[in-house]
Amino acid sequence: MGMRKVAVVGAGMTKFVRRAQETAKELTWEAAHMALESCEMTMDDIGAVCFGTAPDAFDGVHLNGEYVSDGAGAWRKPYMRSYVGGGTGVFVPIQGWYHIASGLFDVVMVVAEEKMSSYYPHAQAAFMTIFDHTTERPLKPNLLWIFAMEMNRYMTTYGISKADIAQVAVQHKRSAADHPCALLGDANITLQDVLNSEVLAWPVQRFDVSPVSDGAVAVILASEHIAKRITDKPVWIEGVGWHLDTSYWTNRDLAYPRYVEYAARMAYDMAGIKEPRKEINIAEPYDPFDYKALHHLEGLQLADRGKACELYSDGTAARTGNMPICPSGGLLGVGNPIAAAGLMKIAELFWQLRGEAGARQVPGQPLRGLAQAWGDLMQVGTVVIMGR
Amino acid sequence: MHDRVAIVGVGCTGFRPITPEQSYKEMVYEAAMRAYTDAGVDPRRDVESFVTVAEDFHEGTSIFDEYTPDQIGGALKPVHTITGDGLHGIATAYMLIRTGQFDIVAVEGHSKASNIKTLPEVTAYAQDPILNRPLKLNSHFIAGLEMNRYLFETDSTREQCAAVVVKNRFNALINPLAPYGANLTLEDVLSGPVLSWPLGSHETAEHADGAIVMVLASEEKASSLTEKPIWILGSGWNNDSPALENRDWAHSIYTEEAARMAYRQAGINNPLEAIDIAEVDDTYAYKELQALEALGFCREGEAGVLTLEGFTSPDSGLPVNVSGGSLGMGNLLEANGLARALEIVLQLREEAGPRQIENVNLGLAQSWRGVPSTSGAVLILAN
Repeated sequence: MGMRKVAVVGAGMTKFVRRAQETAKELTWEAAHMALESCEMTMDDIGAVCFGTAPDAFDGVHLNGEYVSDGAGAWRKPYMRSYVGGGTGVFVPIQGWYHIASGLFDVVMVVAEEKMSSYYPHAQAAFMTIFDHTTERPLKPNLLWIFAMEMNRYMTTYGISKADIAQVAVQHKRSAADHPCALLGDANITLQDVLNSEVLAWPVQRFDVSPVSDGAVAVILASEHIAKRITDKPVWIEGVGWHLDTSYWTNRDLAYPRYVEYAARMAYDMAGIKEPRKEINIAEPYDPFDYKALHHLEGLQLADRGKACELYSDGTAARTGNMPICPSGGLLGVGNPIAAAGLMKIAELFWQLRGEAGARQVPGQPLRGLAQAWGDLMQVGTVVIMGR
Repeated sequence: MHDRVAIVGVGCTGFRPITPEQSYKEMVYEAAMRAYTDAGVDPRRDVESFVTVAEDFHEGTSIFDEYTPDQIGGALKPVHTITGDGLHGIATAYMLIRTGQFDIVAVEGHSKASNIKTLPEVTAYAQDPILNRPLKLNSHFIAGLEMNRYLFETDSTREQCAAVVVKNRFNALINPLAPYGANLTLEDVLSGPVLSWPLGSHETAEHADGAIVMVLASEEKASSLTEKPIWILGSGWNNDSPALENRDWAHSIYTEEAARMAYRQAGINNPLEAIDIAEVDDTYAYKELQALEALGFCREGEAGVLTLEGFTSPDSGLPVNVSGGSLGMGNLLEANGLARALEIVLQLREEAGPRQIENVNLGLAQSWRGVPSTSGAVLILAN
């Protein structure tokens, strides 16, 4: 028996903002409702709900998935929350995919929400508790320092300059100026603005980092026969992949994300993709930091090691280039409500592949896109490939 | 697509109130090695994906998914966490295999409850932070309210709930995995201290530490791995309203819905006739009665009568919680459902030792995620 095909048939997204007035449940329902409206469905049509949100510490709610369940529409429905840290946003659609591909469900709603502003004074402190309680937490590591280490390692290994990396922030923030939900879109930002921004932990500067945000995104997935009834433009999930590396990140090669490579290979195999650089028309790699987009493009085999920045300098990555990268504006521009930011990439591919991305539309009627997220302790890669 | 999926290996540590000499990683490793040995698989070579069930606040670590892969042999493999009960984990592995992309998937759940200094406070942090938390409600208080409503609406009694405790803790006496075996009388239970009227402290499962790992496989692999595959005939799960204000306090709607889903897959119309043995949530004694009714084994208000009559005792009509349940084995947090399923697997394989029930072919496990959740799951297994 062949595999059941799964399509994305609807998507909805709230504005990504610094401090939402809405509760987590309200944000979640806003996105869920928009996704339902987009494909003219109601909760009665939904067989199961998959939910994603990053650590409970943000909201300070134990069993946070249970708490938000009714906001996600999961009243008297099969409901589960999956969780791979920062990779969650691109994992929830994978969770939705296996719900349908298993044959147990025909229509599944996938919702991801993050409300980071509840954490007082700053969500950064929630990340103090992600480290090993015995070996690392006593050192009081700050997330920015860890990424500064990784960025430094990446720059040193391949001889990449700060200016090479800053191009990413410039392009993504400019792209986001066209996104109606974006928090940090700026059509006029320049390389100098990024390079002159405040140093947070060298070599990480303020504009190298995506903002702390609140927001929610939802998509509706359907099996083949239902999808064709709902829309004449279904976007198929052609491949999925995820890999989680060891917890001992201090033993890892920080210059190259092998877990992303493995996740990508899993997804390419499933999608039957042999030459990703030719067959992927749009890429939405995870970009919480500008260097991360480059790092991930290399892991995804979309660029040679240490060469991803060339995609930006030669125009390949531009919205009008050969392989547009983060036409949405990415996390750097649209915002980074963690789990929601990952699912935003799925929604972007849905809109782009259907030709519904408005001012952000990539020309040339792209056939296939890839979204990727990353998370935990520099540890997990999640990849979804979608095509018309 | 693989239609049929079986449990081909199980492993656990045994359960104890405290485990000062072992970290959670060591416990999980122990359970995992036993499960892989039982299944005859090498986790690095054969197991294609791994599912962990865990909650950050129980682990004392944010993004606990970070710390799951190494001890189960999952490093640099497709591993993910479900913030659910062990039966949600099994449902997930079941779905993964059914997609046809995976042949062998492992599920892990554990409890290191003894590490949690402030478990009642942590549990209370699951309540709505805006509407309920200001009231400073203890979780047992909410359970007491629910028990009261259940007794009121179904004409059940405290004696009937106490009978669940007597039965389950007595059953646990001959389960070497269970730390809370005891020979109690109804009077012992009823005269114990009250936690939140009508809920008594003896009717509440004490916590325990331990880890459970299971290996699931597609039909093709299962047949080559083991002579005793335990088939998953149905898997259902459901959530009712998370709000205290608008839920049904007397009935376990989530269990009814989860059971409906599982029965439909298994083609079961009359559960009492079809099912030979059941392991259901009894983290509070009244929950067992509520579950038996929601699962359709009897009508509303009958579960207590049947329990008092001994109908759910090991040698009777429907043996329920022969393992000792959570009252006997301990409340294992996210691993509760795996403990329920573990007993069904052992019984169906005829490996339950002195507590083996004769002629069991079809078993049911059910779980609930605890106060204040309305999240439940049901699993139907056959040999």
